[in-house]
Amino acid sequence: MFPYIVRRVFVMAFMLTILSIITFLLFNAVPTDPAMLTCGKTCTPDIVAANRIRLGLDQPLYVQYAEWIKGIFVGRTYGSGSATFECSTPCLGYSFRNGEEVTTMIVDALPVTLYLALGAFILWMLIGISAGIVAAKNHGKWQDRTIMGVSLIGYSLPVFFVGLLLLVFVVVRWNLLPYPDYESPFDDPVAFFQTMLLPWITLAILYAAYYARLTRSQMLETMGEDYIRTARAKGLSERVVFRKHAFRAGLTPIVTSAGLDLAGLLGGAVITEYIFSLPGLGRLAIGAVTEYDLPTITATVLVAAVFVIVSNLVVDILYAAIDPRVRLT
Amino acid sequence: MSMVEATKSEAVVGRTLRQLAWARLRKDRVAVASMFVLAFIVFIAIFGPLISKWLGVNPYDFNTDLLSDAGSLPLGPFGGVSLDHPLGVEPLTGRDILARLLYGSRISLFIALSATVITVVVGTIVGIVAGYSRGRTDTVLSRFMDITLAFPLLLVIIAMSPVLEQRLQAWGLPAGNPSRITTLILVLSVFGWPYLARLIRGQVLSLREREFVEAAVSIGSSKRRILFRELLPNLWAPILVYATIAMPGLIGAEAALAYLGISVVPPTPTWGSMLQESVGYFTVDPFYFFVPLTMLLAAVLSFNLLGDSLRDALDPKADRN
Repeated sequence: MFPYIVRRVFVMAFMLTILSIITFLLFNAVPTDPAMLTCGKTCTPDIVAANRIRLGLDQPLYVQYAEWIKGIFVGRTYGSGSATFECSTPCLGYSFRNGEEVTTMIVDALPVTLYLALGAFILWMLIGISAGIVAAKNHGKWQDRTIMGVSLIGYSLPVFFVGLLLLVFVVVRWNLLPYPDYESPFDDPVAFFQTMLLPWITLAILYAAYYARLTRSQMLETMGEDYIRTARAKGLSERVVFRKHAFRAGLTPIVTSAGLDLAGLLGGAVITEYIFSLPGLGRLAIGAVTEYDLPTITATVLVAAVFVIVSNLVVDILYAAIDPRVRLT
Repeated sequence: MSMVEATKSEAVVGRTLRQLAWARLRKDRVAVASMFVLAFIVFIAIFGPLISKWLGVNPYDFNTDLLSDAGSLPLGPFGGVSLDHPLGVEPLTGRDILARLLYGSRISLFIALSATVITVVVGTIVGIVAGYSRGRTDTVLSRFMDITLAFPLLLVIIAMSPVLEQRLQAWGLPAGNPSRITTLILVLSVFGWPYLARLIRGQVLSLREREFVEAAVSIGSSKRRILFRELLPNLWAPILVYATIAMPGLIGAEAALAYLGISVVPPTPTWGSMLQESVGYFTVDPFYFFVPLTMLLAAVLSFNLLGDSLRDALDPKADRN
């Protein structure tokens, strides 16, 4: 097991390196001069030239990349002489648009996305998996057909439609909840739940629909296996067969898929955050894109991708722990 | 002996997977219904301009005389439905919704279809090459797929679109819709292919051990011939299912991007841009919102249902007849 983990960690480190290079090139080798974007309307050629040198944008791209990576690990000092300013470790860059270190902005936005993702995750796993099991147990009956029909519709609805519909009816028409205004759960738990309820439901509807279908097909496949027939043949009760034999085996692929979906959401549920004005990573990134705030775009994309790659590793290791055959490949 | 007789009396005919799948599909009422809906949508998309001309509606003409003085909302029931404007008119401009829907279907389907074709071609080629080569080529290609899949799809698309559009214009594509639509197609294709490539690679890994590949190698067939003449024909089932499932995803993605402000140049309509424009009027003119939504949902649902049925129909292990 240990050599397998070591090997996987090396692969991950390699992938992260490639990923950071691509991310950097994608947003820094652009036709627009990033120095021009540092001061907006007040720009004079002198300020642009000075900022270009301060940010190291006069250097070749590979030097800029090296500086950026160095900043993440040991921090970075911009400029030289009297006009320097520090960017502490881990420094993901400096956003001139907001006059703030990108790391601070990401650290502020991260908890919001985390709460959103985790809450939705719990909801959709509960609803999706139980619906899938009910459908599988009643294969071909009306319960199965109803669940599959509803889930197909839920799965086909565009995210923004679900979110907007909830917002328009629950908040605007029926006044059941106040207009979303994010508060930290530690400052005002009631306002926090009132704000997060609809975003959670929005995401949960879409993912639960998908997980209901996934769980159903997994369970049906597992129920057709020989060892289930064996378990039944040796006289185990249907309950034990389902719980101990079918459910556990059928669940493994669902866990894999769930890990990756959760990681994907941690990178920012862009549309949901946008609809409900949640100040999370997705909204930060959209704001950065509209303002052409390159350091922030680069950093948010990198952070989101790191989540996915790291959780890939975690899922693989978990999988290898459950199923020893995986380690051989 | 009895086996032989049974075979004779039933007159068993060897059927290819294609024939089998078609027979199964035709019996599947859901699949037939979705195919009819899709055929209808494709028909109105192709002949959209002709149909609008025949009905005497135009997607770009303003009809402000049909709007109320206060608030510029359509007069009459259901957002101004009348004989001249069967699906009503837009608030603010009075443009005909039916005509916009017909023209919009064209562009939405064109974007989704082009992105699907690119995704399928790239995914298939990369998957076949990776699976057949193994060794270093496979490792490099597989890592590349993993890295592409790790990127936050929507974020990168939104961030990349303006940059890519500038590049395309620098390469000589006309500004406006030609470069905008090309951008949309390209960014939507970039992230779909690794899923298919992975799927195909897995299939090829097992196919390449089969006798017919060994036979092809032994008679000295070129690698290209083995990849595209021997292996590819055995892969059309997963490719077809993937393409059917990819279409609704891409239609939805186009709508999502439009909602975030990345869409064709106005006044050209797509389903996504119509939804985005009508969302603001949802409380006062819900009909305007439900028209493009119904169209989009009909297309997405039909593709998803057809995809499900296709997967069942093409499953060689399926035990029903």
